[in-house]
Amino acid sequence: MARAASPRRRLLTTLAAWFVALLIFFPVLWMILTSFKTEASAVASPPELLGASWTLENYVEVWSRSDYPRFFWNSVVISVGSTLLGLAIAIPSAWAMAFVPGKRTKDLLMWMLSTKMMPAVAVMIPIYLLFQQLGLFDTKIGLILALMLMNLPIIIWMLYTYFKEIPGEILEAARMDGAGMWSEIAYVLTPMALPGIASTMLLNIILAWNEAFWTIVLTTTKAAPLSAFIASFSAPQGLFYAKLSAASAMAIMPILILGWFSQKQLVRGLTFGAVK
Amino acid sequence: MSTQSTRLAARFMVAPSVIVLFIWMIVPLAMTAYFSFRLYRLLSPDRSGWVGFNNYVWFFNSPDFWLALTNTLLLVGGVLIITVILGVLIALLLDQPVKGQGVLRILVIAPFFVMPPVAASIWENLFMHPQNGLFAAIARGFGAQPILFLESYPMPSVIAIVAWEWLPFATLILLTAMQSLSSEQLEAAEMDGASALSRFRYIILPHLTRAITVVILIQTIFLLGIFGEIYTTTQGGPGSASTTLPYMIFKQAIVAKDIGRAAAGGIIAVILANIVAYFLMRSIGKHLDA
Amino acid sequence: MGQITLKSVRKSFGEVDVIPSIDLAIDDGEFVVFVGPSGCGKSTLLRLIAGLEDTTSGTIEIDGKDATALPPAKRGLAMVFQSYALYPHMTVKKNIGFPLKMAGMDPAEAEKRIQRAASVLNLTNYLERKPGQLSGGQRQRVAIGRAIVREPAAFLFDEPLSNLDAALRVGMRQEISELHQSLKTTMIYVTHDQVEAMTMADKIVVLNAGRIEQVGSPLTLYHTPKNIFVAGFIGSPRMNLIEGPEAAKHNAHTIGIRPEHITVGDGPWEGVVGLSEHLGSDSFIKVDVPGLGIINVRGAGELNVHHGDRIKLAPAGKIHRFDANGMAMA
Repeated sequence: MARAASPRRRLLTTLAAWFVALLIFFPVLWMILTSFKTEASAVASPPELLGASWTLENYVEVWSRSDYPRFFWNSVVISVGSTLLGLAIAIPSAWAMAFVPGKRTKDLLMWMLSTKMMPAVAVMIPIYLLFQQLGLFDTKIGLILALMLMNLPIIIWMLYTYFKEIPGEILEAARMDGAGMWSEIAYVLTPMALPGIASTMLLNIILAWNEAFWTIVLTTTKAAPLSAFIASFSAPQGLFYAKLSAASAMAIMPILILGWFSQKQLVRGLTFGAVK
Repeated sequence: MSTQSTRLAARFMVAPSVIVLFIWMIVPLAMTAYFSFRLYRLLSPDRSGWVGFNNYVWFFNSPDFWLALTNTLLLVGGVLIITVILGVLIALLLDQPVKGQGVLRILVIAPFFVMPPVAASIWENLFMHPQNGLFAAIARGFGAQPILFLESYPMPSVIAIVAWEWLPFATLILLTAMQSLSSEQLEAAEMDGASALSRFRYIILPHLTRAITVVILIQTIFLLGIFGEIYTTTQGGPGSASTTLPYMIFKQAIVAKDIGRAAAGGIIAVILANIVAYFLMRSIGKHLDA
Repeated sequence: MGQITLKSVRKSFGEVDVIPSIDLAIDDGEFVVFVGPSGCGKSTLLRLIAGLEDTTSGTIEIDGKDATALPPAKRGLAMVFQSYALYPHMTVKKNIGFPLKMAGMDPAEAEKRIQRAASVLNLTNYLERKPGQLSGGQRQRVAIGRAIVREPAAFLFDEPLSNLDAALRVGMRQEISELHQSLKTTMIYVTHDQVEAMTMADKIVVLNAGRIEQVGSPLTLYHTPKNIFVAGFIGSPRMNLIEGPEAAKHNAHTIGIRPEHITVGDGPWEGVVGLSEHLGSDSFIKVDVPGLGIINVRGAGELNVHHGDRIKLAPAGKIHRFDANGMAMA
C-alpha cells in the first residue's frame, strides 16, 4: 500500500488487529499462565491473575513423573523418524515425477492425494489387527510406519511442487556438463531443493507430532507419544489443572517454536504451492 | 529431458511410494470390505459366518447413524463457514498497515500448532468447565448460571474448538493470497470510482477465489477425520449427541467390539468420502495445474 | 575436431513426427545457424545433437563416430541454454568450473582454465559472485564460460540472446562471432531471428515443419532462395510476393521482389502510401497497389514520401520466379 493512511485510522486498525490476534492467542496464553500457578490458584474463582501464586513446581513434577519424559521421547522419535523415512521414499518419487513426467503423472499425484481423503477409521480395524499380528502394535517402529504412510502423499506433493520450480534446463545443463544422475542429485538438485526439503521436513514433523488418531488407536502405554498421553488424561475435575497445563505446554512448545520458524513456508507447503 | 534411460530410472524411483501407498490403502480396505459382510464380534468369537448385508442394514436402521452423519456434515460445514468468513475478515484486518505485523502473525498462527488433544483439553477444562472454567467464572461474575457447554451444546462446542484450531490456517492462507494482489489493481479500481465495499466485492474477493478453494479442500481432508477433539472432550456424548461418523465407527469397534458392524460403517464412510472427494478433486484439479 | 553428420534422423513424439527425416553435414569449425519459425523443430534438432532427446531413428555421427546412443556428457559438446541455466547456488567460478569438476580434472589445471575463460569473457572481477547478482549480459557470459572451459568439439547455442534487450543483443552477437573467430570451434546456433542468422552464420539451415528447406551461405539464401518459404523468411523487410496476372507476365505462378529492388518515382505500378518509417539511413514504406496488394519498399537515405501520397513504383533488380509448388524457377 503506497497510500499513507491517516494516523488515526492507522492507530484504530492496529488496535483492532492486536485485539483480534490476542483473542485468538488467548487460550494458549491462559494455558501457559495456568501452568505456572499453584493448583489452588489455578481453579480459584474469580480467576486470579496478578494475585496468583506463581510456581515452577508443576513443570518439575510433571517432568519427574517417570512416564512424561518417555512420552516426550516417543513423540520425538516417532515424528522425526516418520518424517525422515517418508522423505527417503518421497524424494526420488517426487524428483522423477517433477522432471520426467509421463502421461499418467498427474493422475498418479491425484490418486496419492485421494488416499488422504480416505477416512482413517475405515481401515482402523484391519491395521489394528495387522499390527497385532506383525508385532508392530504399541511399538515406536509401528507408529513410525503408520505416520509415514499417512503423511507420504503430503510429503510427495510438497516436494513435487518445490522440485517443479527448479528449471529443467538447469538439470540438462548439468548433464551436458558431464554430471551423471548421482552427481546431478548431489551437486545441483539437492542444493537447489534444500530449502524446499527443509520446509517439507518441518511441516511433516509438525503434522506427525500432532497426530492424534493412529497414536491413540495403535498404542497403549509403551510407545504412546504425547498426543495419546494427553488425550487419555481423563477428567481432572479441577484437581490437576496446573499440572495438566504444564504437561500440555511442554507438549506443544517444541512445535510452536518450529512452527513459528516455518510459518513462511507453511502456507505454500500446505497448499501444495497453490498459494504463495 | 526424456531419454529412454531416464524414463526407466524414473519408473524405479516412483515405484516404492506407489507400492507402499497401494498396500497401505488396498490391503486394509479389502479386509474391511470382507469383515463388513461377516459376523465378527470380539466378545463372542465362537459365532462367525457370512451375514450378507446385515451389518449395513443395522447401520442404516440405527438412528445414531443418521445423527452421526448429520453431525459430521455439521462439523465440516460449520467449521468451513466459520473459518472462511472470519479468515477473510481477519486477513483483511492484518493486511492493513498495522504495527507489529510479524508478532501478530505469530500470535494468530499459534493455535494451528497446538495438537488436537491439547486444544480440546484447554477448552474443556480451562474454559468450558462448568465449575472451574473461565466462562463459568465470567457467567458467575455477571450473576448468571454457568452454561454447560459440553453437556447442553456438545456439537456447537466441538465445532467452536475445531474452528479455533483451523482459523489460523485459513487466515494465514487468505492473508498470503491477499498480499499477492497488486496494489496497482486496487488503485486502478479506486480511480474508476469503486468504493471500499465494491473494491472488496469485485477485486479482492475474486482474487481470493483460488485461495478459498484451496482452504476448503485441505480443511475438508482433515475435518472429515476429526477424532482427537471428540475423544478428548465429549466422547461422542452426551448419549450420541456429538457422535460423528468416525467416532461412531470407533465406538463400534473399540467399545461394542463388533468388528463386522464397524467395518460396514467404515465402508460407508469411504463411499461418502469418495463422493466428497470427487467434487473437491474436480475443482482442485482445475486450480492446481502445476 | 567438430564434424557432425546427421543421417536420416527422425524424431517423433508419440504419433507426431516432429522431424520426419533430416540429413545434414556440418564441417569442423563451421558456424551453422538453424533458423525457422517457432515450432519448426530447430530446438528439437539441437537437442537431438546434444543427446538431451533420443532419436527415433537414424544416426548422429560426431567426428566420424556413431554418437546416436551416447549420453550427452560423452559427446564432447557444450551447450548454452536460452535461460542460461546457471546453477543459482554456485558462484560464477564454481559454475564455470563445474564441467571440469565433473570430468575429474586436476584442480590446478581447472583453475588455470577458469581464469583464462574469465579473462576472455571479462568476468575476472565477478568470479566470487552468484548468478543472482549479475546482469543479463554477464549471466550470458558465464554460460558461455561454462561451455568454453571444456574445450568441446562443438558449441550448441539454443536461442541464447532472446532474453537480452536489443542493445545487449547486438553486443553479444559480436562477442560470440569474435569468440568463433578466435576458437575456430564448430558452433551450432539456433534462432528464430533471421538477422542473427544472416550476420553470424557461415552456413544457414532454414527449417520449416521439421524439414530442411535450404542449406547455404547467408548470401546464397538471400540471392537464390530455393522456394517461397526461404524467400519470405530471409531478408528484412520481407520479400514482396506477387501472384496473378503480374506473375503470369513473367511466366511464373508467383514472383518475388525484394523491397530494396523497387524504385520510387516513375514506373508501371501506382498506389497509395500507407505506413512510412523514416530512419534517416533508410526509409521503409508500405504502398497499397491495386491488383498487387501491399508492396514493401526500402529506399536508401531519405525518401520524401508520406502517408496518403500517391506514388509510382518500378521493379529494379532481380525478379525471383516460383512455380505453382512454390519452388524457384531457373
